[in-house]
Amino acid sequence: MSFNLLLAVCLGYACLLFIVAFAAEKRAKAGRSAWLRSPWVYTLSLSIYCTGWTFYGAVGNAARSGLEFMTIYLGPTLVMIGWWVLLRRLVRIGRSERLTSIADLISSRYGKSTLMGVLVTVLAVVGTTPYIALQLQSVTLAFDAFALPGEGNPLTAFWVAAGLALFAVIFGTRNLDVNERHHGVVIAIAVEAVVKLVALCAVGVFVVWGVAGGPGEAMRGIAESSAANWDMRPERWLTMTFLAGAAFLCLPRMFHVLVVENSDESHLATASWAFPAYLFLISLFVLPIAVVGLSVMPADANPDLFVLTVPLQFEQGGLAMLSFLGGFSAATSMVIVASLALSTMVSNHIVLPIWLSTQGEGAKLSGDVRGIVLLARRISIAGVLALGYIYYRVSGGGSALAAMGLIAFVGVTQVLPALLGGLFWRGATRVGAALGVSIGFAVWAYTLFLPSLGPDGLFTARVLAEGPFGIGWLKPQALFGIEGIDPLVHAVFWSLSLNTIAFLAGSLLTFPQPLERLQGATFANILRHAEGARGWGESHVDAEDLLVMTQRILGANEAQALFMQAARGQNKSGYLPDVTPEFLEQLERELAGHVGSATAHAMISQLTGGVTVSVEDLMRVAGETQQMLEEQSQLQLKSEELQRTARQLREANAKLTQLSVQKDAFLSQISHELRTPMTSIRAFSEILKDEGNVTADERRRCSTIIHDETLRLTRLLDDLLDLSVLENGNVSLNVRPDRLSDVIGRAVLAVDTGDTQMRINRKVDQEDIPINTDSDRLAQVFINVISNAKKYCDADAPELEIRVGGDGERSWVDFIDNGQGISKENQALIFEKFARLTDQRAAGSAGLGLAICREIMQRLGGAIDYLPGQGGAAFRVQLPQEKRQAA
Amino acid sequence: MRPPERTIFVERRTYRRRRLIDAARLLPVFGVSIFAFPVLWARESSTTSGVAYLFGAWLVLIVLAFVIARRLRQSEGDDV
Repeated sequence: MSFNLLLAVCLGYACLLFIVAFAAEKRAKAGRSAWLRSPWVYTLSLSIYCTGWTFYGAVGNAARSGLEFMTIYLGPTLVMIGWWVLLRRLVRIGRSERLTSIADLISSRYGKSTLMGVLVTVLAVVGTTPYIALQLQSVTLAFDAFALPGEGNPLTAFWVAAGLALFAVIFGTRNLDVNERHHGVVIAIAVEAVVKLVALCAVGVFVVWGVAGGPGEAMRGIAESSAANWDMRPERWLTMTFLAGAAFLCLPRMFHVLVVENSDESHLATASWAFPAYLFLISLFVLPIAVVGLSVMPADANPDLFVLTVPLQFEQGGLAMLSFLGGFSAATSMVIVASLALSTMVSNHIVLPIWLSTQGEGAKLSGDVRGIVLLARRISIAGVLALGYIYYRVSGGGSALAAMGLIAFVGVTQVLPALLGGLFWRGATRVGAALGVSIGFAVWAYTLFLPSLGPDGLFTARVLAEGPFGIGWLKPQALFGIEGIDPLVHAVFWSLSLNTIAFLAGSLLTFPQPLERLQGATFANILRHAEGARGWGESHVDAEDLLVMTQRILGANEAQALFMQAARGQNKSGYLPDVTPEFLEQLERELAGHVGSATAHAMISQLTGGVTVSVEDLMRVAGETQQMLEEQSQLQLKSEELQRTARQLREANAKLTQLSVQKDAFLSQISHELRTPMTSIRAFSEILKDEGNVTADERRRCSTIIHDETLRLTRLLDDLLDLSVLENGNVSLNVRPDRLSDVIGRAVLAVDTGDTQMRINRKVDQEDIPINTDSDRLAQVFINVISNAKKYCDADAPELEIRVGGDGERSWVDFIDNGQGISKENQALIFEKFARLTDQRAAGSAGLGLAICREIMQRLGGAIDYLPGQGGAAFRVQLPQEKRQAA
Repeated sequence: MRPPERTIFVERRTYRRRRLIDAARLLPVFGVSIFAFPVLWARESSTTSGVAYLFGAWLVLIVLAFVIARRLRQSEGDDV
């Protein structure tokens, strides 16, 4: 296969990517971007984790150290399946704070600090540069593998870098808002993800079935190869798994696809298993390819290129081409996203702050910032790629690919303590984070990065062997004189330990600024939907100035739309809303999506004259919340009280209605009761008027009836009068000492007219209680109760038991007959006026008796109640208490 | 007023979701332990058994993650 054909295919593939990206951008613009936002595209975009290093280097790694290559995939697998704990939180914060990069996250968390942003950006650039160099090297090596000796172009890496820069500039810097998805880029890397998976699997299938002769044979090949023994080094196994997982979180490009390009939190759920499955597939054939490569290739062949050279060895030109495209995809997608992420960081955290500080107070008057930001971003992309290229030239591709990748991993992992601490621990402070990151960074550079440059770099072999200036305990690969640790494990251990210690100590010993505390609480509580305190106090900035500034960043139309919407939200017309803390917060968030949180904060505070949140503001917010809670609870109390009052009113109303009904009933009853005797009196007196036909007998009968009826009328009127007097309360009581037995005796005598069979059982010795009350009235009550019993007891042998009892405080007299008693529903009625339960045996009674009794007992200070459950009708008369004691 | 309290006892659906979330939290712990386990025995063992163990364990984790993610999406609700 000719080199030129390869070049043509390569260019064609690049063109295809451009077309795909353009098409995706166009679709997205037309609003038909639903599938562009599917969880599958998200999952595939995560595959930029698998770079050219993974594609080529994994096989080389497997050929050199067996199963150890798997650690690079196991780490991210663990992070992904633990998405609920960590990534969900990260994505939630990224979306709510509109983060643009990992440097933005750290800067925003630690009080929107420019310092932290700069620090992380520098770290990321330094950590990513070797990585980009690695990709350039892998592409160059792949090209050279196809080329005949002398045909390879020494400028391959340069052209690749230039082409990638072009792609990244075109599709990565179309708009300023980093939070707006880069559909073109995302879809291109998704396509590339498929290409590299298919390519690696194709080579794997060819090797397993085409060369080895089936999976069983492939396994036997592994068992017979030089990698037959696992030969695990536990410290490297654990360290590298951890490192891969940590780098998966901390790599700027991973943060970019995981958080910044995430359009829906639920995509994480799909990616949590789909991405491990992707890694599973991509590593499935690595070992067979390595083993076959070792057996069929000459001993001096570079195992890093087995993926390419094994198909070439078997003269599978097409397969080799596919494999080349896979590696090319892996390298290019990584470089594109990495340069994009880095350029955002560089422009937002280094260029803009510098530009802002040179503008000074006049910042609000100068022209469009967007041009400057976009230019900064484009130059950054070119600069990052140039750095990668320079690193590639300088290092000369000296070390194995995988080693360079791991060095970069350890570098970016230095962000991990500040990142995790910031997400979960409110107490993490900026000083701690800055200390930790810088110390970790320095130790990494000293123990791993600089020694990796080789003896021609800064550290000579002498320094490595004896330490700088012969100081033994400062030997870069054996700090503090502890020898014999694997250099990588050594660097990871010392850099991350010292980093974490500095971070913790710094955080514990310093006091955070108000904005840091605010952000710390927001980040740590992100999942609780807690309403965050606001980052702005009251300020007197002119809304017009804010609009002018916003226009320069968002563009005129977007800015005006934003302001108009905010004004409408405040029920104002026009473009200028009131500058409330809420509005400032919203505006800052919007700007942060474009220029990063630190710059956005700095720009607004420049206009507001630095009126940012203070400790007092924070306390006040807490106070306001407390106050609101109190007011709420008071409202609740009041509403309960209102409900109670309403219930009472309802009850009173019901009672009034009932009384009115009773009054009506009373009037109609009374007219009825008066009318009946009157009717008979009139009738019989008319008979008497006709003197002629009336015999003496008849006259006597008639006059007797008239007499009886008048008696009945008189009695009724007496009762009514009595009741009315009692009810009105102007009754005069004739209180005098007496004995209960005498009163009962008088009552029994009064009722006993001799014509009754009712037996009355008394225990006179118990009744010997002195009382001091109106005994005539009390006797009236007793008479009424006893005569009622006489009238209504329906037993064959009526009996009435009069029982005296007491509980030490009060005494009472029970009247219990042996009739059938009074039904439960009538028990409540019998004390009402005119309450006669059965009319037929109530002749001569108006039904006022018990009502009078109750009134009397109330006047006397006692009570009369129906006593249920005694076998017959039973009444309990409670004797007046005070009167008894007075006696 | 007292702050709004989280109820201590919840209906069956919410209970199941909380346990599902517990499982989602425990899964990485389980993953770490099964991937760290070879440290105890891998020094002397063959690569083929290592391949079988690692890819097997990996597959189990993927399936578990799939099941948990699916169930979690089916029972959207209280997430904390």
